Amino acid sequence: MNCDDMLKMINRYVDGEIDPSMCANLERHLAECNPCRVVVDTLRKTVQFYKGDQMTELPIQFKKKLDDALRQKWDQTMGKG
Amino acid sequence: MTDRAAEFDEARLVAAAKGGDYNAFHALVEAHAPHLYALARRVTGQDADAEDVVQTTFLKALENLANFREEAAFGTWVHAIAVNSALKLLRQRKRTWVGQPGDGEDDSLPQPQLVADWRPSVEQQVEQREFHELLQQVLDELDEKHRVVFVLRDIEQMSVKETAATLGLTESNVKVRLMRARLMLRERLTALLGEGPNLKAHMDDHDHAHLLEGRP
Repeated sequence: MNCDDMLKMINRYVDGEIDPSMCANLERHLAECNPCRVVVDTLRKTVQFYKGDQMTELPIQFKKKLDDALRQKWDQTMGKG
Repeated sequence: MTDRAAEFDEARLVAAAKGGDYNAFHALVEAHAPHLYALARRVTGQDADAEDVVQTTFLKALENLANFREEAAFGTWVHAIAVNSALKLLRQRKRTWVGQPGDGEDDSLPQPQLVADWRPSVEQQVEQREFHELLQQVLDELDEKHRVVFVLRDIEQMSVKETAATLGLTESNVKVRLMRARLMLRERLTALLGEGPNLKAHMDDHDHAHLLEGRP
């Protein structure tokens, strides 16, 4: 296994989709290749950071605009029915 | 609240909304709008487009509320509407659609150029708002066809199959684009967050034993 092989499998490795025998091979490479280890680590963090970056509130001005638009539509379709 | 309890609660809100209770409908909007806004903002890359998508989504939901089956998940329903609205916006704006396979769809991968550890606990060292903006900016810089696949797969957790079907791509296209997207984002984030030496030079020769042994 070399760094190119590692790179081709990096997504499946980070996602835990590699079968155990290949995984052992890959981890042997990682144990002796510092750059590949750093690439795997930072790729994993990349995915984690984006997954964790969730929004809990709408921008305040848009919230008001949305509420007004929905209320108006509601009165047209539901409220006056 | 457990997922099941939340679903039950949501089913009750949907039933109440269908019965004419605006507050129930509004509670459903409040529960889902922030996530859908974030999704639309990431897919379209624009604040104004994200607003359009979210507003369109809930107006459509309102129009079709009477036909919505209460046993289905409201969140899944509005999520699908939002994804389609966001993609429709992109499609209208671009002559080349992200779902078009073709150019550069071979298996080649961007080689890592910057290889350095990131500052420890970087996400805790900067303000949450600032960190969110940094992630958003880096994502905005990614080209559309890679960005959309990354958002649907890695952030929205859609399966490869679902992502492929939504975008009209093959599953293998989706996998290659996701890999490229992750590598490109990693590269850019390393430029911003990396510290210590760039180990890239050592990646080219496939002989890294010297690193471990401390040889020059």
